Amino acid sequence: MVKRTYEEINAKIRAGEAVVVTAEEVISMVREKGVEETAVTVDVVTTATFGPMCSSGVFFNLGHTKPRMKMSRVFLNGVEAYAGLAAVDAYLGATQVSETDPGNKAFPGEFNYGGGHVIEELVEGKEVLLEAVAYGTDCYPRKKLEKMIRLEDIPQAILFNPRNAYQNYNVAVNLSDRTLYTYMGILKPNMGNANYSTSGQLSPLFNDPFYRTIGMGTKIFLGGGVGYVSWYGTQHHPDVLRGENGVPLSPAGTLAVMGDLKQMSSRWLRGVSFLGYGASLMVGIGIPIPVLDEEMLKYTAVSDEEIFAPVVDYSEAYPQNLGETIGQVSYAQLKSGEITIGDRVVPTAPLSSYHGAREIAMILKEWIKNGEFLLTKPVFTLPLSGEKINFKGLA
Amino acid sequence: MKQKMVLYFPSTVTEQPFTYYLIKDYNLMVNILKANINPRKEGRAVVEISGEKKDFLAGLDFLQSRGVKIFPLEQEIVWVEERCTHCGACSVICPAGALVLERPEMTVKFHNDKCIVCEHCIKACPSRAMEARY
Ligand code: SF4
Ligand code: SF4
Repeated sequence: MVKRTYEEINAKIRAGEAVVVTAEEVISMVREKGVEETAVTVDVVTTATFGPMCSSGVFFNLGHTKPRMKMSRVFLNGVEAYAGLAAVDAYLGATQVSETDPGNKAFPGEFNYGGGHVIEELVEGKEVLLEAVAYGTDCYPRKKLEKMIRLEDIPQAILFNPRNAYQNYNVAVNLSDRTLYTYMGILKPNMGNANYSTSGQLSPLFNDPFYRTIGMGTKIFLGGGVGYVSWYGTQHHPDVLRGENGVPLSPAGTLAVMGDLKQMSSRWLRGVSFLGYGASLMVGIGIPIPVLDEEMLKYTAVSDEEIFAPVVDYSEAYPQNLGETIGQVSYAQLKSGEITIGDRVVPTAPLSSYHGAREIAMILKEWIKNGEFLLTKPVFTLPLSGEKINFKGLA
Repeated sequence: MKQKMVLYFPSTVTEQPFTYYLIKDYNLMVNILKANINPRKEGRAVVEISGEKKDFLAGLDFLQSRGVKIFPLEQEIVWVEERCTHCGACSVICPAGALVLERPEMTVKFHNDKCIVCEHCIKACPSRAMEARY
């Protein structure tokens, strides 16, 4: 029986001797050599995802002006950042659209520019127009500010995403006879397509279904730099039906993550626009999973054939919050390009980039192999409400 | 004269045999380079029309009078690879098989020769990696 502690793994990483593989590579290793032998060999498995994550944004400290100013409204390239914080602090959310955006008045709206795009441009090193207004006080007299700024001019910028890396997600279809424009992309009428959005076997929380190693303080790849899991994410909901392998059959766990924006890259933080829905940010996340024992290795070897997602109708069941699903499909089926629902063959499209996830898992693997990235033991792991977990299989 | 152009057929007229009329009534040569009718039954075709100038202009007038819209072909769709995240969202939107998610690589490839310049991808691509150039 293999047992490894975080300290032992880190000692190997420091010595440049750690064996690190991606969550994709570990699958074929286990198929060849079995769980036992692979668990003896492998120290760390890297997982990753690169998809649109709406619950993302940046906390700024914009720096004090002369005279001082208590900013009550802040705009970056015309996109409002919430300024109901101390004098020059503000939070820019990824889905905030520019003040002049017509929204869905001419349906479907294009939402060409939002918080996600501002974040991408800042990280890219571009100049951004900062506009701020204030009512003025004795201690903060200034009332107006207009200035071009770059990320390097701003004292602090912290990416803080309250909900990322969903453990499983819906497959969206449209049962109605009109085209739908959703955060799951364009859904053609009469089940013209089925869109999904996780990286399946590479996705972090599919590889640690019971959150044995992921929690507050877990050091991660975030937006091309280093970040941390800072809490469990909003809507974290572990009490859902799970397969026999422990993998949830519907959206379950989530992560709140944070990191210094200044060391991130616009390659892995990309502003995106969803027709008729709004703006968002594509976030690249990579999480290393320590192979503490055989059980952990077994979890990381989960493959697309063993992970199932619920198919949900976005014309009725989702918007009306009816909680109905019209079936379950595996990620292997989704990735093949078509799924069968009833007697219909429906073409599928992902919204999250599997190609990007694969690259992140490789980058993180290199960081660890080169001794640049040590693992951290979480202060506490994500909550798992044990007694309520239902192990009912698919049947 | 001889010219390439994009013809756009609204769903109300896609049943009509335009090529036949152009050949028979206007004495034109019509070479269909690409054609497609999308799920909403609108059609687009890239054609090369040749004939006497008088016939050519009359033929185009006839098409427009029947609700067909004519666009110059100089318009081209380009795939800005650096902006593409290979998400794959476009692969079910493109009606012509010009944007394909290759498996098992899971990377998107753009086949310019198949593109019928319908422009559906331009707004469907979340990263705005597809652009129309003239
Ligand atoms: S939708 Fe855009 S970003 Fe996504 S694969 Fe297609 S071209 Fe690339
Ligand atoms: S314009 Fe875009 S959607 Fe239309 S055929 Fe060309 S690549 Fe496909």
